[in-house]
Amino acid sequence: MLSAELVTKSFGRVVAVARTSLALQAGARLGLVGPSGSGKSTLAQVMAMLLAPDGGSVMVDGDRVNVWGVRCSRELRHRVQLVFQAPRMAIDPRLRVGDAILEPLAASRMLPADAGERAALLQAWAVRVGLTGDLLERFPHEVSEGQLQRACLARALVVRPRYLICDELSSMLDVSTQAALLQTIAAVQYEQELGVLLITHDRVLADRWCERTADIRELSARSEGGYLAAHEVRSPRRLGPGRRGARSSARP
Amino acid sequence: MSAPLEVEGLSVGFRTRHGVVQALSQASVTVAPGELLLVVGESGSGKTVLAHTLLSMLPRNVNVSGSVRLGGQELLDLAPADLRCLRGRRMALIPQSPASSLNPVRKLGGQLLEAAQARGLAEEQARTRLRELLGELGLDLDFVSGRYIHQLSGGMQQRIVNAMALVGEPDIVIADEPTSGLDSDLVDTTAAQLLGISARGTSLLVITHDLRLAQRLGGRVALLYASRIVEIGPTAAFFQAPAHPYGRELLRALPEREGKSIPGLPPELTALPGHCAFAPRCPDRFERCTEALPDLYPAPEGVLARCFAHAER
Repeated sequence: MLSAELVTKSFGRVVAVARTSLALQAGARLGLVGPSGSGKSTLAQVMAMLLAPDGGSVMVDGDRVNVWGVRCSRELRHRVQLVFQAPRMAIDPRLRVGDAILEPLAASRMLPADAGERAALLQAWAVRVGLTGDLLERFPHEVSEGQLQRACLARALVVRPRYLICDELSSMLDVSTQAALLQTIAAVQYEQELGVLLITHDRVLADRWCERTADIRELSARSEGGYLAAHEVRSPRRLGPGRRGARSSARP
Repeated sequence: MSAPLEVEGLSVGFRTRHGVVQALSQASVTVAPGELLLVVGESGSGKTVLAHTLLSMLPRNVNVSGSVRLGGQELLDLAPADLRCLRGRRMALIPQSPASSLNPVRKLGGQLLEAAQARGLAEEQARTRLRELLGELGLDLDFVSGRYIHQLSGGMQQRIVNAMALVGEPDIVIADEPTSGLDSDLVDTTAAQLLGISARGTSLLVITHDLRLAQRLGGRVALLYASRIVEIGPTAAFFQAPAHPYGRELLRALPEREGKSIPGLPPELTALPGHCAFAPRCPDRFERCTEALPDLYPAPEGVLARCFAHAER
């Protein structure tokens, strides 16, 4: 199980996520919906161990995450993978699409030493996400947005994660590409008990594709008297002492 | 006041080191005064290039042929000075992302006034006009004037760019992906505002990949695939029963329908086939589909479809 427990994260005065708990079971499909600015992406990045929360904790299969960001252990990070909304911003523009797919393995020194084996691995993933022909030889600016998002999905799945977080996977893509990406995810899920957190604006999609859908406004304790958008939350001390409070109390 | 927009045989190709990327091939479409036309298709099908060609916003490495006429005036060979007069006054753009298309470090009052003055209004006149327009959209000029764009909510930002587009009383407004990346509440607001613009009698061309938005807006729809218009007709007819197999397969991919993807990928725009571009992915293809390029043939309900299945009618 991948779980966030009472996670709080602020950026300066803006409280993006407040005491929010969410649990994703292995093999499950969980939808997360909510309006722009409600903290969905921040929660996703905390759960993927890319951002350290100000409060609360994240557990991956019973292991508590103590170290965040690049210092977090690779083995732990491989268990949770994130696919971002904008593939062009998520992928190194200097890498060919094929190299970008294998990059996570190369970075972890898990790439097969044999060139033939490497090519076979790449080919297998390319076929699974529907990339064919010479697309793997091209640079990101030479392929379409939909093709690049397919590569991003392959890149996330190549390390064989236990949990996959899709942050607005398809909000910039046409419905057919969206359906193709979801079919790929469903197939991998069937094979290796992948837990999927699908973050989306599209309530219809979440209700149709996921077993359960959560609304972040109902999970969040960002306000007592009802939900407020991030830019409307002003008090930095509402959720206990922030940076400012801590500094003033430390001074004599 | 309104003038028809007539696009005829428009082809646009970009010269790149991989050859010519054909973004639009022989596109012909007319937007009658006060009409609402939706242009839908996946990314890379040529819909944004269509909008940019209409507004002459193309880069230099481009080959354009065909004709674009607004009220009888040819737009493709206009001098830059004439284009400046045209943009905003006769043709206006609602950009894809309001927040990033306005200056983040200037207050909105100055930017709104500047836009109105660029349309040839005197300062006092501009203020009155802006006050009226924002009032219609439920905003107060004094309230927004002293604020920066990031201080407004997404819905308010959308209304600001709408007001800017409408201030010059254009004949036609072009909205480029007005809802991409917005949450469902904002999509509702945006759809209502676009319908409001249409109700004023202004022609509206909406470029979108959001099929649900298209269904809600109504009007007429042109479906693009691999640089060509493959189907054009009333939006209601399209959502009831698309005449082109691509339209049919696309609707099946909607999560509320079957959520089934179309196998394969669209063809490369550098090497478009001489036959129907959808044929390799089409479940109903027959011999002729891989031999010749279909024309737009009349289909039921006043629809035109680029498919040999309708050739025999």
